[in-house]
Amino acid sequence: MRALLTRDLMLAFRAGGGFGLGLAFFLIVTVLVPFGVGPNSELLSRIAPGILWLGALLACLLSLDRLLALDWEDGTLDLLATSPLPLEAALSIKALAHWITTGLPLVLAAPVLGILLNLPTPGYTWLVLSLLLGTPALSVIGTFGAALTVGVKRGGLLMSLLVLPLYVPTLIFGAEAARRGATGMDTTTSLLMLAGITAGVIAIMPFASAAALRVNLR
Amino acid sequence: MTLTIRDLCVARGGVPILEGLSFSLAPGQALILRGPNGAGKTTLLRTLAGLQPPLSGQIDGAEEQIAYSGHSDGLKSMLSVTENLTFWADVFGQRDIAPAIAAFSLEGLKDRLAGTLSAGQKRRLGLARMLVTGRPIWVMDEPTVSLDVDAVAQFAKAVQGHLHAGGAALIATHIDLHLEADMLDVTPYRAALDLRAGASDEAFL
Repeated sequence: MRALLTRDLMLAFRAGGGFGLGLAFFLIVTVLVPFGVGPNSELLSRIAPGILWLGALLACLLSLDRLLALDWEDGTLDLLATSPLPLEAALSIKALAHWITTGLPLVLAAPVLGILLNLPTPGYTWLVLSLLLGTPALSVIGTFGAALTVGVKRGGLLMSLLVLPLYVPTLIFGAEAARRGATGMDTTTSLLMLAGITAGVIAIMPFASAAALRVNLR
Repeated sequence: MTLTIRDLCVARGGVPILEGLSFSLAPGQALILRGPNGAGKTTLLRTLAGLQPPLSGQIDGAEEQIAYSGHSDGLKSMLSVTENLTFWADVFGQRDIAPAIAAFSLEGLKDRLAGTLSAGQKRRLGLARMLVTGRPIWVMDEPTVSLDVDAVAQFAKAVQGHLHAGGAALIATHIDLHLEADMLDVTPYRAALDLRAGASDEAFL
């Protein structure tokens, strides 16, 4: 299992691996939003948590396409499915690798980009905390979407349609936690709900992903 | 461990392709699959490898015993030859990749990225992967595609060594490998047409 993780990370960091794709998209969204809504710093402060969360979510979605499609094209998935590694474990590891290469950089970059959006000072901790709790769920749910659409040519659109509704709860509670934190309100409930959703999908989704992938490999 | 297949019926997209297939593969034995294109050789091999369930019939002794090699080699073009092999060795819980490198004379290519190899060299690397799986039954689909004469001889030697070590091999190929192997032509097992019509509902389920 460690071999699969190191291989996926190595591939992501080598040329053409797609590391930084999500990060660049996140950067572009947050840099462009102030130009779009105008230089009203009060308005920016108010929408900053939502914009940052939405940017992170879309950046995550952008990189899901490559999560399994590349391994499908070169036959790696067939060979992994016949290896001693359970498919559930293999997909969990791939989701973890996706989170490390996409989710984690977003979490780390969010405070810096928060400055661009004039995020109120108390909001930074909560923004990072909510992203840290929420982005693993985005990777795990995304892996399920990728497993469902792996055989489909140009399946990106179909996958986005399938995955987006599943992202909604994470987005609601994540953005809510960041917003309440930024305005100095209590964040416990939203953070607990967010953590619950993440823990739930990490426990259940790999089985759904593996089942979907088995059908697609036939 | 002997692989035993009894009255197997395999399907592609819910349509039965081969039916009534029975054979067994003992340690040290090689079986060459023959049959025209579209006869169902690949489907049969994928079913045996556990990638798809059989429509009916029994497969005994396949669980965790089979190393499968398909049309594509599962190589990452941005990883070197050594890294590719080490990855698969790790996945299958093996350590030593040196014998596999030697068997397909990949020594000179060890540090090259797999993406820069020629088609034949890639295939040799893909076949070397079989040696690092440590699995007793090799199930191979057209392994000699894009190999030159020397590489085919190397491959035949590797299979021979595997058989001597108590392994077994099931190979779909049209090239004569000069192996002491039994032949199995799948053409007579082609599924009857009426069976296909009866199963047409399945495609919509």
